[in-house]
Amino acid sequence: MSTSARYWREIPQRYRYEGAKCKSCGKISFPPRVVCKSCGGREFEKVELAKQGKLLTHTVIRVGPSQFADQTPYAVGVAELDDGVRMTAMIADVDFEELKVGMPVKLEFRKVRDEGEAGIICYGYKFVPVR
Amino acid sequence: MAGIIGYGAYVPRNRIKVEEIAKVWGADAPSYKKGLMLREKSVPSPDQDVITMSVEATRHALTRCGIDPQKIGAVYIGSESHPYAVKPSGTVVAEAIGATPDCHCVDFEFACKAGSEAMFVCMGLVDAGAIEYGLAIGADTSQGAPGDALEYSAAAGAAAYIIGPGDGVAKMLATHSFMTDTPDFWRREYMHYPRHAGRFTGEPAYFKHVTGCAKAMLEKTNSKPSDYAYAVFHQPNGKFPMRVGQQLGFTKEQIEPGWLAPTLGNTYSGSSPMGLTATLDIAEPGDKIFMVSYGSGAGSDGFVFEATDELPKMRVKAPFTRTLLDEHKVYIDYGTYTKYRGKIRKGE
Ligand SMILES: [Zn+2]
Repeated sequence: MSTSARYWREIPQRYRYEGAKCKSCGKISFPPRVVCKSCGGREFEKVELAKQGKLLTHTVIRVGPSQFADQTPYAVGVAELDDGVRMTAMIADVDFEELKVGMPVKLEFRKVRDEGEAGIICYGYKFVPVR
Repeated sequence: MAGIIGYGAYVPRNRIKVEEIAKVWGADAPSYKKGLMLREKSVPSPDQDVITMSVEATRHALTRCGIDPQKIGAVYIGSESHPYAVKPSGTVVAEAIGATPDCHCVDFEFACKAGSEAMFVCMGLVDAGAIEYGLAIGADTSQGAPGDALEYSAAAGAAAYIIGPGDGVAKMLATHSFMTDTPDFWRREYMHYPRHAGRFTGEPAYFKHVTGCAKAMLEKTNSKPSDYAYAVFHQPNGKFPMRVGQQLGFTKEQIEPGWLAPTLGNTYSGSSPMGLTATLDIAEPGDKIFMVSYGSGAGSDGFVFEATDELPKMRVKAPFTRTLLDEHKVYIDYGTYTKYRGKIRKGE
């Protein structure tokens, strides 16, 4: 599948942080799933995730995959959003010495990567510290 | 008439000082700082562009007004640094804020005037009843050629306005546009950096159009500079807006709140729209605000706004423009700046 098509399919999650809330147990899946992981329910409603949370863990990538090579070193983290959803993303606008577990972060719309000079530009979310 | 329902701004956190650029090119920093009335400028990170800044500025505007984004019938982004040559910026922004699919999108271009143009068109469409709400954005990540005078001022930032029916937070009382064909600044297809006509960008270009538009608007509204609490002019540097405002009879005190260029630089299509956001951040109900943009090529759009009772309680819901400008900034050196701005030629 081309990058364009795969990227396009994920737009609701990448741009608007849309998750799926289980109608029987209330658990939010992100990205959305067909079957609820906690109760096996199959009916969901679309919800927008909380846009803030706290960092659970973090690391600094110094040797990254080729499409991110120009961006190294960069920080990546897992955060628990205020609605309980756990999400992994790059952490932008951060000085590495600031990074710590429990640090409040928010989601910001950023360029995640581009397919070279002539390819599409892929947008999505990154964490930035709440200062 | 239509009014401003919500507004928001975005400024990247990186700054570069005039001294840092001047030392690389052997230029005299104090004379640039004095001549341009500018100390530093904002620089986008490699993961920021017109689209990302537009989304964030719009999210601030939506947080302030709380309208359902599905009611936005038009998304217009004015910029001269749209990330794609072919493919609209507006569709990405409309999708990210949840305005798609029943929505009209156009990317506007008119050098530094494209943002105010988007505001003007949204107001017309709202007044005509063609849309309920319109989103007008001015945003740029413009570049000056290395060593050129423009390199000291070309900056990054965005302002977003949600225009709708009724008075909103600021009602629009009048508009006027003033255009002539003037080749003061341009960029041809496939050229990386713009060219400009040096001193010709002053009197026959910026000053003639801003003054022409401002005078016509004062006449149209039968008002005088002292009737206004604040005035915002396009800011290619710190000096021009202060000079043109004072020539027109406005005071430094009226201009200063929206005068961002000394520490922001020229955000091109974002310039006067961002100045207006900083002014709305402090205006009191009943205050009248005078605004004139300028775009090379050349023309000016003028607006008269009046702040309403809604403004003070609504503006506190999102960060003020001065906060974005003054807090948590990071100074970068010229090497980092050239990397961030893609000015380094890499191996194939
Ligand atoms: Zn469930």
